[in-house]
Amino acid sequence: MLYREAGQFKTNYVDDQAVFPIRQDRIGIAVILAVAFVGIPLFGSDFFISAVMVPLLVFSLAAIGLNILTGYTGLLSLGTGGFMGVGAFACYKLTTIFPDVNIIIWILVSGFFSCGIGILFGLPSLRIKGFYLAVATLSAQFFLDWAFVRIPWLVNNNTSGAIEVPSRYLFGMPITGPMAQPEVRYLVVLSIVALLTLIASNLVHGRIGRSWMAVRDMDLAAELIGIRLYRTKLLAFAVSSYYCGVAGALMVFLWYGSAEPAVFGIDQSFFILFMVIIGGLGSLVGSFFGAALIYGMPIILKAIVGLVGLQISPATVEHLTFMAVGGLIILFLIIEPAGLARLWQVGKQKLRVWPFPY
Amino acid sequence: MRAPDDSLKTRIGDVLLAVEDVSLAFGGVKAINGVSFDIRQGEIRAIIGPNGAGKTSMLNVINGFYHPQQGRITFKGKTRSRMRPHEAASGGIARTFQNVALFRGMSALDNIMAGRTLKMNVNFFWQMFRRGPAMREEIEHRRFVEEIIDFLKIQDIRRTPVGRLPYGLQKRVELGRALAMEPELLLLDEPMAGMNLEEKEDMSRYILDVNEYYGTTIALIEHDMGVVMDLSDRVVVLDHGEKIADGTPDEVKRNQAVIDAYLGVAH
Ligand SMILES: Nc1ncnc2c1ncn2[C@@H]1O[C@H](COP(=O)(O)OP(=O)(O)OP(=O)(O)O)[C@@H](O)[C@H]1O
Ligand SMILES: [Mg+2]
Repeated sequence: MLYREAGQFKTNYVDDQAVFPIRQDRIGIAVILAVAFVGIPLFGSDFFISAVMVPLLVFSLAAIGLNILTGYTGLLSLGTGGFMGVGAFACYKLTTIFPDVNIIIWILVSGFFSCGIGILFGLPSLRIKGFYLAVATLSAQFFLDWAFVRIPWLVNNNTSGAIEVPSRYLFGMPITGPMAQPEVRYLVVLSIVALLTLIASNLVHGRIGRSWMAVRDMDLAAELIGIRLYRTKLLAFAVSSYYCGVAGALMVFLWYGSAEPAVFGIDQSFFILFMVIIGGLGSLVGSFFGAALIYGMPIILKAIVGLVGLQISPATVEHLTFMAVGGLIILFLIIEPAGLARLWQVGKQKLRVWPFPY
Repeated sequence: MRAPDDSLKTRIGDVLLAVEDVSLAFGGVKAINGVSFDIRQGEIRAIIGPNGAGKTSMLNVINGFYHPQQGRITFKGKTRSRMRPHEAASGGIARTFQNVALFRGMSALDNIMAGRTLKMNVNFFWQMFRRGPAMREEIEHRRFVEEIIDFLKIQDIRRTPVGRLPYGLQKRVELGRALAMEPELLLLDEPMAGMNLEEKEDMSRYILDVNEYYGTTIALIEHDMGVVMDLSDRVVVLDHGEKIADGTPDEVKRNQAVIDAYLGVAH
């Protein structure tokens, strides 16, 4: 089918203000959802589901969170790992203190804890900008790192110092802990990520998203049309860290199964930042692309090494990935600062006018 | 171009904004020095003067970007020593900038929609779902914005990110964003700078139409004397931060101090 809006005239602004005004896009989304909700659980191998799809979704969610702050509002944050950690630890405390409340509720609630912490560390954002704000978020990262290690209460005084995910059930089915099936965990993660992506999409396409982008592009002019800078920035911090918090809780409860505080270190912050840069600042679909590329590359590299039958140690493969990621980031920053999302747009534009060059 | 004097009396009303004895300095540089003037409801008021005269600084004082060290600003009957940007915006002051200050990453449509922010108030909860009140509000304001888009004849660039538009069109979109605020007082900082003759004529037409049909009061900085003489009801002339003349275009044109300032006579 041709990708074209020809013949699809918008007769009212309701249709034209829709997030996906082109019919083929809507069909595409429907197909992707069908594959994700039905195809993959039915036909995906356990390895594929739990080692590829679940992490990919978790990282995409974290990348969306950071993208709201950095890509949409223009506030660079290096505290993503810390905010994810707050979500994970909050979820652990909540579910151990109130084990009878459903874990899915606690995962969604735990985001509010990192939301609060995010607002707290976002407070300086009225006074400081750019590099200095990044340093402020870096200090948040280091403070949270310290807190996760030094406050044993956070892990209920476990001698391991790690979060041990307990078994929790939905309709009698285990969804967390060692007994949970990959398909079940995957579907829970997918549902939460799909819901939160929809909400993010609604937010960025309306008044709130326009205010975020206005602050990013020209804060003085934004102030002049009546946008309150402080509120807008704090709201971005709040929503962003909520998403990161939920991503952190999902990561530990539905992917890792147990986690040490080191998981939420500065490395993680950079990892997510790279996803956002490569995927595309200010693009939700780019967050998925970025997560897929950065998380998927080592897997693909390993597979290639295996296929070719090269005798390369896993450590070398890891180094290779680091180099490849570094190279890609430099490449993107120079050639296509708008990331994969922009390439996607260009590709769609080409398709729209195909077979003509313009 | 301007209608004869009798219609002027009905069109122009009371004082909308008055600055009194305003002084502003940056370190040692005096940008504005004891300037007073007023802007009346419904008029087109030009602010002219050589480069560095303090014209842009004056607009920045009026909408609260700069805090004058001295002086008072009276807007709609309320006097204060400085304006706050948000107060100016919600009070109905809109503005365009000398070097276009659009949101470069956003489309022309979104830029102008952003101008409606103050009029939109559906809460976060509904925004999350983009349904019910949120969608109704979005549509209602989209309709208003489409009228502006038609008025400025920028239908075909609605969806283009403004960073990719030529300069003349950017200026037009910026005017659109200001109009979206339905301002009572519109401050235009060199709206025609860098435009060719045809674009200038279009822009002049838009300014007159806005003033005429919506009754919007306009303060206009412009270097093109022909444009100033054609458009404005009254002109205030600044030079080196001081007011050197104030009156109708004809009066100002004949004023010796103004002629000297423009010819660069030493002070
Ligand atoms: N933010 C600032 N910091 C320091 N000096 C400033 C600042 N803004 C303006 N000035 C100085 O104030 C004086 C008046 O500048 P302003 O921009 O108001 O002039 P202008 O009349 O708009 O000139 P132009 O016609 O070139 O736009 C100049 O000497 C300028 O250097
Ligand atoms: Mg100026």
